[in-house]
Amino acid sequence: MIDILIIGSGGAGLTAALSAKEAGASVTVIGKTYPTNSQTSMAQGGINAALGNVGEDHVSSHIADTIKSAHGLCDEDMVRQMCADAPETIAWLERIGVPFSRLDNEKSGAGSIAQRQMGGASARRACYAQDYTGLKILHTLYDTCLKEEIDFLDEHYLLNLITQDDTVKGATFLDIRTGEIKQIDAKSVIMATGGYGSLYHGFTTNAYGSTGDGVAAVLRAGGAVSDMEFIQFHPTALKHSSILISESARGEGGYLVNEAGKRFVDELKPRDEVARAIFSQMQEGQRVFLDVRHLGEEKLMELLPQEVELCKMHEHVDPAKELIPIKPVAHYTMGGIDVDYALEVNGIKGCFAVGECSNAKVHGANRLGGNSLLEITAFGKFAGENAYKHAVYASSKPADITQQQKDSAEIKTLLTQKESVNFYPYREMLGNIFYDKVGIVRENAQLHEALNEVITMQVTQKEMGIADKSQTNNQNLIDFLEFQNALLLAPTIISAAIARDESRGAHYKVGFESEDETLKKHIVLQWTKEETCK
Amino acid sequence: MQIKILRSETNTHQRYTLPAGEIPLLNALSYIKETQDATLTFSAGCRASVCGTCAVRVNGREELACAYKVKPGDIIEPLQYHPVLRDLKIDKDKAKETLAKSTAWLHDNQEASLTHSDEKLTEKQTDCILCDSCYSACPVYAVNPDFLGPFALTRAYRYSSDKRESDAKTIIDNIQSNGVWDCTLCGECTMACPKGIDPKMDITMLRGSSVQFGYDDPSFSQQSFGTPDFGGGFGFDPNGGF
Repeated sequence: MIDILIIGSGGAGLTAALSAKEAGASVTVIGKTYPTNSQTSMAQGGINAALGNVGEDHVSSHIADTIKSAHGLCDEDMVRQMCADAPETIAWLERIGVPFSRLDNEKSGAGSIAQRQMGGASARRACYAQDYTGLKILHTLYDTCLKEEIDFLDEHYLLNLITQDDTVKGATFLDIRTGEIKQIDAKSVIMATGGYGSLYHGFTTNAYGSTGDGVAAVLRAGGAVSDMEFIQFHPTALKHSSILISESARGEGGYLVNEAGKRFVDELKPRDEVARAIFSQMQEGQRVFLDVRHLGEEKLMELLPQEVELCKMHEHVDPAKELIPIKPVAHYTMGGIDVDYALEVNGIKGCFAVGECSNAKVHGANRLGGNSLLEITAFGKFAGENAYKHAVYASSKPADITQQQKDSAEIKTLLTQKESVNFYPYREMLGNIFYDKVGIVRENAQLHEALNEVITMQVTQKEMGIADKSQTNNQNLIDFLEFQNALLLAPTIISAAIARDESRGAHYKVGFESEDETLKKHIVLQWTKEETCK
Repeated sequence: MQIKILRSETNTHQRYTLPAGEIPLLNALSYIKETQDATLTFSAGCRASVCGTCAVRVNGREELACAYKVKPGDIIEPLQYHPVLRDLKIDKDKAKETLAKSTAWLHDNQEASLTHSDEKLTEKQTDCILCDSCYSACPVYAVNPDFLGPFALTRAYRYSSDKRESDAKTIIDNIQSNGVWDCTLCGECTMACPKGIDPKMDITMLRGSSVQFGYDDPSFSQQSFGTPDFGGGFGFDPNGGF
């Protein structure tokens, strides 16, 4: 039996794998795609660390900015740990060869890394590699994993966690290529499965696959989730395609303007405030644009080459000469799997969670740009170490095959039953419901409507199925399983949003426009024993 | 508008009809899957040209489906030289093995003082998204399936020229067999790369480094022997004569 099964092969999973292996653990990284396909590749702007390479900065300022942006919902000890670990995390990334952008300051090591301004930051703190920071970190981590001979199992879709006496024993997977249902036994499991932003189908910067598979699996296995209602809307996605334009565009000096060409908000405020300001302009019938023309073509190509390309390709706009039409869309899920100080899942011993899927309570009600790449690397390492500590003393007696049999039967049913209702239109409908009614500005009446619609959809789900009955390489089946997970999580988000009669960070509710001290707490959800046994 | 897609089950091109208007190929494929034919199989990810998932061939040229705008009559096929798993979905395992074989990573880190111009030296190479377009475009695979290939060699170049690498020789050692000398410098990889990377140039640079480390072009040594008999591992011993 392997020591640690890491589910998810993005930046968090790869970092955890490297640190666990270094600690002496046997590790397998399993994912539904290939390692470099993950959401981490889409992170653009940077990774925060108070290095002070460009002007004065201190770890204490990084901590203070993060706490301020979290609006009372972070755990200050976790924030302190993440921010204090940041400089060493960057030094480690520097040692494995991440090709950061550089200053000409004649310093060596991490001292020469360029740092840029991001929203809500009191210093130029985000280390970057042009606007490809996530891509370049992810690929360097992957190269390092190959060097360290980490075992990968690609194209395996997580079905369920296996637990016994509230302790994790492994998980079941659908081998996408063969259609086989596999059980993998492990002493510890690390969830690094990403967020659930793709619930907002059509209105998100996220890749198709960010459907909260791991968060849903934890709920089904009896674990807790928390702060599910806190969804970050990124102020600047391209209007027609929802493709992300990095916050660094504003950090480097870009403006937000309305149709009249007027600026209407301090562009460097945290994302929740900027997104709301744009939303209210749009409510007034104004179109909103990002204006980076004054930066000049040379600077744009130097600092934001990817953005320039994406604008030309998807909006037919040359950012050096024209305004970029934008809208705010769902970008990051602050909530997720509820974990303790060791990143162990509350409710499932031996199961750890890290990255966007987890709620380590470092982002609170609103995440700062540049803190997510930091979380996946700083806490990825921590999760790997802690999972190994658990593995050392865990039982090596494997679980029986009950869960595998149950899952095999369920997949078989999907592949044999006649499809009555095509689920794809519902996936789109779910995205619309969420963007319209569980969006940037919320109202209780709309939230209740959304909840009813989602519950109706869950009832209809029993009649939904797949038209493709192929045993092997069945993407139709995977799309459906992802949709089921999204639909399972939908009510947790809405009900938490209904319960939160206040406005805090990314959660803003009409009629309750200020923070309520009595609601300065996490909404934690967990299924009862009867529900998890279903 | 109509496009044709190569279906693996029948090995024929199937015709599909799309509404008129500008549409990225990836959206078109999703539209077909959602509304016309749920069995059509392809890989999709970020929609923003950065996850490397969705490369296919359009009219014989490699394209990222998320970045390519569909034109009437387009013929869509899977990438070449990869086993087809189903329709446009391919198996990248063998292609990915080239990264491990060429040991394209930082072997022995030394602290270095890096500058803006050092960053520029491999900025393009590190834009690689491992979409495998170059691998599909490379004609060497028609004759040598074990060729390390463009993306692995570009990555080997990126690490071997990193000032933080104190052991560039190991990388150079590992890209001799089925590596830099097997490339024909035809430039198809450079044409195919959606990120504007130039593997042909990187391979040329690696040849230069190889010579500096004492290797030479095996095709010259083969020619000098004047024999077509390559039996026994192509008769090239990189350490021969040293």
